[in-house]
Amino acid sequence: MNRRAQLSALLALPMLWLIGIYIFSLVMLLVTAFWVTDPFTSKVKPGFTLRNFEQIIANPAYATTSLRTLGIALAVTVLSILISVPLGIFMAKVASPKLRAILAVAITLPLWAGYLVKILAMRITFTEEGFFNSMLGPLGISGPGFSIVTVVLTLTYLWLPYMAVPVYTAIRQLPPNLFDASSDLGAGAGFTIRTVVLPLIRPAIIAGSIFTFSLSLGDYIAAKFVGGSTQMIGSIIASNINLNPPIAAAFSLVPIAFVVIYLVSVQRTGALERM
Amino acid sequence: MHASAQPAPSTTDAAPAPGAVSLAGVSKKFGDFTAVEALDLDVKPGEFLSMLGPSGSGKTTVLRMIAGFENVTSGSIHLSGTDVTAVPPHARQVNTVFQDYALFPHFTIAENVGYGLRVAGVSRAERATQVGLALEQVRLSAVADRLPHQLSGGQRQRIALARALILRPQVLLLDEPLGALDKQLREEMQIELKQIQREVGITFIFVTHDQEEALTLSDRVAVFNNGRVEQVGTAREVYEFPATEFVARFLGLSNLIPAELSADGVQSSVRPERVRLLTADTAASAGAVSLLGTVSETVYTGPTTRFLVDTESGVRIIAERANDHHPSAESAFARGDRVRVEWTADHASRIG
Repeated sequence: MNRRAQLSALLALPMLWLIGIYIFSLVMLLVTAFWVTDPFTSKVKPGFTLRNFEQIIANPAYATTSLRTLGIALAVTVLSILISVPLGIFMAKVASPKLRAILAVAITLPLWAGYLVKILAMRITFTEEGFFNSMLGPLGISGPGFSIVTVVLTLTYLWLPYMAVPVYTAIRQLPPNLFDASSDLGAGAGFTIRTVVLPLIRPAIIAGSIFTFSLSLGDYIAAKFVGGSTQMIGSIIASNINLNPPIAAAFSLVPIAFVVIYLVSVQRTGALERM
Repeated sequence: MHASAQPAPSTTDAAPAPGAVSLAGVSKKFGDFTAVEALDLDVKPGEFLSMLGPSGSGKTTVLRMIAGFENVTSGSIHLSGTDVTAVPPHARQVNTVFQDYALFPHFTIAENVGYGLRVAGVSRAERATQVGLALEQVRLSAVADRLPHQLSGGQRQRIALARALILRPQVLLLDEPLGALDKQLREEMQIELKQIQREVGITFIFVTHDQEEALTLSDRVAVFNNGRVEQVGTAREVYEFPATEFVARFLGLSNLIPAELSADGVQSSVRPERVRLLTADTAASAGAVSLLGTVSETVYTGPTTRFLVDTESGVRIIAERANDHHPSAESAFARGDRVRVEWTADHASRIG
């Protein structure tokens, strides 16, 4: 009896949060996706229609945007992995303790600045007369400008810490003797990284990728400020959120579906237990 | 100054046999700390050499320098006559058995043992054959498909050994390989290690802090202290004739005899079992150091009994007698008995 009371006390707030706010709002989103908008008054009326979904499927712009967003999220994830693994190996195995501390601060520094501040920083860097072009212009190199490439770079800049930190931590936690043993048995650094390091840090890479992937998938501010004409799923949802909430709600289910598919496919690897 | 003169390593051989390891003037500094200082050590081909010393004495650092995991600060390392000082570990003809085994946790036992062959580009079929033989050698064929964490400590130890030996190195380095095992298993593994070394006939360099293990296993023992080698010699030499006070104390019990009491006027060490314990009325033997005293304590150890004797010259002498007769030594002398202790010069080791 007493134990039950204690358990209730322990779970009261989390359950209120989870069910009252979190689940409820998601369910409302799902329900809204089946509601109707009056085309004249733009008033949303409860009802049940599949028209919102039909519209999304019928209009190729939605499909293109979905695929583009998926591609951006995957590119951000891959780029984050490509940066984080060598960086993590360097920090954990090569750098002096002092340099390691400096790099650890440098990696997590973007987390301390505001989100919009970072996007503004990227905007200044890549704008027509910006830092990138003025530095490399004399060499005949011009930057990507405001385009899908800059969106990928910006999102990588925003979410890299979520990949770099778990990857670095995982590499640091590898027993140093494994590196010695691999080398002792004749393997060079590349072979060791491929056969020993990567398989052992895979759960950390997957954990990191869940963040980089899902955070990129839901973003639209980056596309708005540094993407030029690039549209992401979020851009379309944002523009419909007042005009046509049911369409926005229906389209919101696309990134949710992507993330669910992604989680299910990595769930077997055991990466989720490490988060 | 070493009490035991080792024959100097032959310098006339143009090409030393595979398996010779030679360290010349090797030093290692970590920042301000000197881990190893100006070390000269020659290991003969096919020899079982133990590097014995307390933790922090530099023995593991020396092993890691031979493997190539640590660079030398100064000096040179030759392997089978070739200078390998600047050669990275993966290109050296040595393999290592690590203290905590360092098996790859994501590989099966067979994959672990075959890793070196895989690196070398040996075909899958050939690898399977050789891994099979290697596992047979350590009597663990049954666990080929398991993962390391499913094995016991002793099994993992043997897998680490098989993984290192499969590449047929000229020299096998073992870093306290039995340290994590319990006493009984450790003694079994000691015998097994010795047998395997005899079978494969390659040089074993074995790091340990266990003096009994070093004496039992080794052809020669190098005793380390504070980054220096205090003495190198056969088990018998370092035990019976310690060259320094440290060696005398580190390898079992020892009586340190001050210079004025020694036969030749130099400080020396006498092992307790070499001290004769006689009744006080026995006449002093000619040519022996002979002292009168009183038994202040007796300690029964099982196979032996130790007698602490406070001599008239102020030195406390430990005498040890085997409990092999009836009545046993235990009952021969008691606390407070007047006794004579003596030893001959050939049982005393001069300590430099």
